[in-house]
Amino acid sequence: MTKPVEEIARHTIAVLVDNEAGVLARVIGLFSGRGYNIDSLTVAEVDPRENLSRITVVTSGTRMIVEQIKNQLRRLVPVHKVSDLTLEGPHVARELALVKVACTGDKRMESVQIAGIFRARTVDATNESFIFEVVGATDKVDAFIKLMEPLGLVEVSRTGAVAIARGGNPL
Amino acid sequence: MTQQDTLTGAEILLKALVDQGVEVIFGYPGGAVLPIYDELFKQNRLRHILVRHEQAAVHAAEGYARSTGKVGCVLVTSGPGATNTVTGLADALCDSIPLVCLTGQVPTNLIGNDAFQEADITGITRPCTKHNYLVKDVNNLAKTIHEAFHVARSGRPGPVLVDLPKDVVQAKGEYSAAAKLKTKYKPQVKGDLKAIEKAVEIIAAAKRPIVYAGGGVVNSGPAACQLLTQFVRMTGFPCTLTLMGLGALPGSDPLFLGMLGMHGTVEANMAMHDCDVMINVGARFDDRVTGRLNAFAPHSTKIHIDVDPSSINKNVAVDLAIVGDAAHVLEDLIKVWKAKQARVDAKALNKWWTQINAWQSMDCLRFEKSSKLIKPQYAIRRLYELTKDRNPYICTEVGQHQMWAAQHLKFEQPNHWMTSGGLGTMGYGLPSAMGVQVAHPDALVIDIAGEASIQMNIQELATLCQHRLPVKIFILNNQYLGMVRQWQELIHGGRYSESHMDVHPDFVKLADAYGAVGLRTDKPSELDDLIREMIAVDRPVICDVRTDASENCYPMIMPGMAHNEMVLGPEDRSADKPGSEEDGMVLV
Repeated sequence: MTKPVEEIARHTIAVLVDNEAGVLARVIGLFSGRGYNIDSLTVAEVDPRENLSRITVVTSGTRMIVEQIKNQLRRLVPVHKVSDLTLEGPHVARELALVKVACTGDKRMESVQIAGIFRARTVDATNESFIFEVVGATDKVDAFIKLMEPLGLVEVSRTGAVAIARGGNPL
Repeated sequence: MTQQDTLTGAEILLKALVDQGVEVIFGYPGGAVLPIYDELFKQNRLRHILVRHEQAAVHAAEGYARSTGKVGCVLVTSGPGATNTVTGLADALCDSIPLVCLTGQVPTNLIGNDAFQEADITGITRPCTKHNYLVKDVNNLAKTIHEAFHVARSGRPGPVLVDLPKDVVQAKGEYSAAAKLKTKYKPQVKGDLKAIEKAVEIIAAAKRPIVYAGGGVVNSGPAACQLLTQFVRMTGFPCTLTLMGLGALPGSDPLFLGMLGMHGTVEANMAMHDCDVMINVGARFDDRVTGRLNAFAPHSTKIHIDVDPSSINKNVAVDLAIVGDAAHVLEDLIKVWKAKQARVDAKALNKWWTQINAWQSMDCLRFEKSSKLIKPQYAIRRLYELTKDRNPYICTEVGQHQMWAAQHLKFEQPNHWMTSGGLGTMGYGLPSAMGVQVAHPDALVIDIAGEASIQMNIQELATLCQHRLPVKIFILNNQYLGMVRQWQELIHGGRYSESHMDVHPDFVKLADAYGAVGLRTDKPSELDDLIREMIAVDRPVICDVRTDASENCYPMIMPGMAHNEMVLGPEDRSADKPGSEEDGMVLV
């Protein structure tokens, strides 16, 4: 008996946690210990009064695995809310990347033009290099980096996605 | 805050433990916890049981917790004291046993300095505790202890570790009472009524139903076990229990089909395979229960009641999930059933029982009797017959003897069966029995053991003697790592790699050396007298029962096989079928 191959999908999950020592290790340890994927993970304090941090984790797996990930996250004591933004309606996701490109001549001009198309800001420039700051959905950032590759891409630093549901309601 | 209101951290800790209803602590002192031990010395409300190894302290607390329903409490020092608890904590996490483990830690200013006896124990135990804490401020100490007990016992129970730096327990601070605890941790215990109504519909329409209940019912408490029994008797449905669930339904109940799974009965496993409706109450579709997943109960509608949402749809996709505590959900289920005046399909149920009776008539737990060698199954049955009137508490180690005990003993009540189910920890039984005996000083407490497992925590004989705990250790001695040998015989071509131990201690002399009593026999005719003597002696006893070394535990579902592909005994040719691999997973 062959099982139907279950489709693997990418999900963006928002997790509201107590901002306390070890909470990130708990979340990351859960993913590594149970063999779940992390495509990206961002974390920062979002509510100093309530002492809450928000983790945005982009993961991929079958429907059953993603369901497991959310249930396992909910089981952690410092976790307050877990929301699967991919499932729960439209959301906005953004990430920021700093992209360093070293080039001269025509390539220099081309890189600035492409940066303009992508609305990337030039945050550092020397005679031989630029650093562009590009903000957007993950696939836009991917596309920008890909275009910079032949133009002298040196290195990239990315934040990973942060995401929030559309509309007036909180998490 | 006046001077009178301030206490030292150690005083606050002990006050919090008393506030939480702790009566016994299992522990071992050391440098980092000396201030706490000094405080223990000055009081007499908390009893301390001095063990001989920290792992045993955790297992003892597990035995205490499982036989009483209370939270077990452990106190050990930093570094090696703390790391020695890891196996016990992992064991308690797998079997959902409520524990609070207090570990000493080096002073806060030395943390991260590789100080003497420093270990990052909150880091080490993060994946093997339900939750853990490092207390850095004495004014958070009382609140943290109260929350630790709350987390340990709420929802799906589990072990919680609290790491206590030495300067924190020496500093002065303020106590806050347990009643003042504000916590955000509130797991769902009431099941969704709509789902329960749907369950009643499914159950009423069932033609070949089975109730499959597990440790979640036992953990929920005696009320849940009574409600389970009421539900099973009300419907007349057959019921099987997991290794962790034994005792949730009386073992003598005619509706009980025995344990299911890898070494479960034919009737339980076949009924699971052929059922059309499965009602899972507090069990987690463990791989030792399900066998090959794609052939698991293939024609069934599955209802899953569990307090832990992450147990649902983890291994097996179910049709109806009810998140909630077993007692609450069963109570509502029975209420709705009665309110709707639901009826079972009696005709279909009769037919189903005819089929089940046919499976039962195979008498799958039968074994060859011998007048020369003690068959291990015979030893367990005689132990049962000669002790059942005293309603004993039974602990086990891990291996063949554990499975034979699960198969051949009957438990009329919950909380009388302590065994390492999820983690399978050899060395669990003796310290666990120790904890049970502390909680029930007048009860008969027996550790059914193998000669290999017992040696993993044999040092606790000294604890038994020191604290006058008359635990009876019943060793089925076959000179082998029996379950390893069985797998090597059946799966690895009879190559007995490192599963035979040539050297064992003389258990009678060993008992004597510790101040316990040692008994030995290898003759079936002497067995009853040995068991009677074991019960009669009011001291710790080791019985070295020499058994047939070649005996295997049957029935057995070979790894990668399905419930209806059991091997019934050595004469059964299906033992030759190789186990398959699924999804590239190595099946263990």
